[in-house]
Amino acid sequence: MALIDLANPTRFLALTQRLLAPLAVLTALAFAAGLYLAWVAPDDYQQGATVKIMFIHVPNAWLSMAVWAVMSIASIGTLVWRHPLADVAAKAAAPLGAAFTFLALVTGSLWGRPMWGTYWVWDARLTSVLVLFLMYLGIIALWRTVDDPARAGRAAAILTLVGAINLPVVKFSVDWWNTLHQPASVFRVGGPTIDASILTPLLVMALAFLLLFVTLHLAAMRNEILRRRVRAMWLLQAHAASA
Amino acid sequence: MDLGPHATFIIAAYVIAALTVTGLIAWVLADYDAQRRLIGDLEARGVTRRAKNSAKDLPKDLQ
Repeated sequence: MALIDLANPTRFLALTQRLLAPLAVLTALAFAAGLYLAWVAPDDYQQGATVKIMFIHVPNAWLSMAVWAVMSIASIGTLVWRHPLADVAAKAAAPLGAAFTFLALVTGSLWGRPMWGTYWVWDARLTSVLVLFLMYLGIIALWRTVDDPARAGRAAAILTLVGAINLPVVKFSVDWWNTLHQPASVFRVGGPTIDASILTPLLVMALAFLLLFVTLHLAAMRNEILRRRVRAMWLLQAHAASA
Repeated sequence: MDLGPHATFIIAAYVIAALTVTGLIAWVLADYDAQRRLIGDLEARGVTRRAKNSAKDLPKDLQ
């Protein structure tokens, strides 16, 4: 099946039907492995066992930005190539990205209270991630405001691309400003600075959350395609009734 | 295993994550069920996407 074939919603639905169960199993296995590794990971010499919050916080922080990047690529697909499933992909991703950003913020606060002595500071990293969370909520609200999916998709695509400016701000905030949040420890020039005994569980949990996103995104896209079919059928019924 | 003096924060983080992930999965599954039910109801009433109407009878945005 060529990639262009996936532009056909019916073919895409058939593909999701085949992929969802194996993806769900892979996701469950990845979480089982990641949670076990997180449980047996050694304590940090400074943070003690509190370092275990990192195995939830960091993958969700990564995904919060990655999902907006996925939405941005989908938005280009909507505006430039008019791909039939591009705005479906963008709409389906938004609630998932909002949930990951919420988890990054909440687990970050729970990690900050014992480590920094505070649940929140208005430093550049925390503030820019909060802005990202509010942007997700705004995009979701925009989708719900406009009835016609095509018009909603174009408006959301423009706003998503404008909002993408926040991604480098989030990423480089710890370098550009004095922040309480620590600088990058994994994706940095010179490689990770984390010991393998803690890096391995972190990467496995990141893989687990990534698989969770892929699985739920496909399922949510499937739901959105069905929702648009329902809308088309309602419109046909209304047209037939008025005729 | 001893989670140290900040065990409450560690456990809270994992519990909130588990609840959020469970909620996401439940929402996606419930939405799928709802859409399938709606399509089933409409088809039971004789409404199909390949309408009996010819294309020219349809509104412009559905042609």
